[in-house]
Amino acid sequence: MAKIIVVTSGKGGVGKTTSAAAISTGLALRGKKTVVIDFDVGLRNLDLIMGCERRVVYDLVNVIQGEAGLNQALIRDKRVENLHILPASQTRDKDALTQEGVAEILEKLKEEFDFIICDSPAGIERGAQLAMYFADEAIVVTNPEVSSVRDSDRILGLLASKTRRAEQGGDPIKEHLLVTRYNPERVTTGDMLTLEDIREILSVHLLGLIPESEAVLRASNQGVPVTHDASSDAGQAYSDTVSRLLGEEIPLRFHEVQRKSLLSRMFGGNRR
Amino acid sequence: MKLLEFLKRERKKSASVAKERLQIIVAHQRSQRGQPDYMPLLERELLEVIRRYVHVDDNAIQISLDSEDNCSVLELNVTLPKS
Repeated sequence: MAKIIVVTSGKGGVGKTTSAAAISTGLALRGKKTVVIDFDVGLRNLDLIMGCERRVVYDLVNVIQGEAGLNQALIRDKRVENLHILPASQTRDKDALTQEGVAEILEKLKEEFDFIICDSPAGIERGAQLAMYFADEAIVVTNPEVSSVRDSDRILGLLASKTRRAEQGGDPIKEHLLVTRYNPERVTTGDMLTLEDIREILSVHLLGLIPESEAVLRASNQGVPVTHDASSDAGQAYSDTVSRLLGEEIPLRFHEVQRKSLLSRMFGGNRR
Repeated sequence: MKLLEFLKRERKKSASVAKERLQIIVAHQRSQRGQPDYMPLLERELLEVIRRYVHVDDNAIQISLDSEDNCSVLELNVTLPKS
């Protein structure tokens, strides 16, 4: 049975697209047939993070409006088997997305894939609501920062009321917290909310913790999801996150200050 | 060393300020969750009506909607100043 997972946050710039790309890559690397959909109509970016921006021909809106078939719009990932990308439209306005259209596409994708990852746009407008509407599970991406935490709480409220599961009174959406851009050094000095603080305020199950990492910008520069950088802290943290999503119990890493070895101190071991 | 400790103690850690602020705002947000969209407007208009007769502060009015089995109860609490 295919699972629909929305990656959402309310606030922009917290790492939704990075996370959607990294998690869907991780799932595909484990052999799960995965498709990742960009719901940010007008401001698509997932294609860039996935490194397939020059192969976009048709998009989500084309499919909804019947201008292209679903298989024409799906882009096969060059690096991993089992991974497909459905890009958002660059030009249309947000009203081009319809609930019926999205429902139809998801139904078709469900037949073919194990995981459908919906990369939500920022905000709580139509695009964001449609991205979450049909979800079975939600990954709420949060930075250890006041506005992000508050917006995440707003999103949790919407997940509990404005989604199909909420409206039809079935099992509620399974909510996961993914804390990104975490800096243990700043937590130690008391200038950043701790993981515990965030978990306590939002009272959501913690799926994963991604440390603030140079590897993330490096990955987006190259259009290679950071999961592929298996030697980096962020890459490993996303890999752990995927394991937990698949039900494995993995201890948390990267939430404490890493002691630098003498060697890495001497040679400026900056490769994280 | 003593001086360092003193300097450190002086400033309240910004993260704990953030936590306190968030706890308050999130509790407020959650109390409004699930309530109908018209509630903020209803609250404002009720306050206007009351103000035609008595002068009350913005925070002197508390309004809540509780759902029970087959009905909802709108509870309105207004603190009037001593006249």
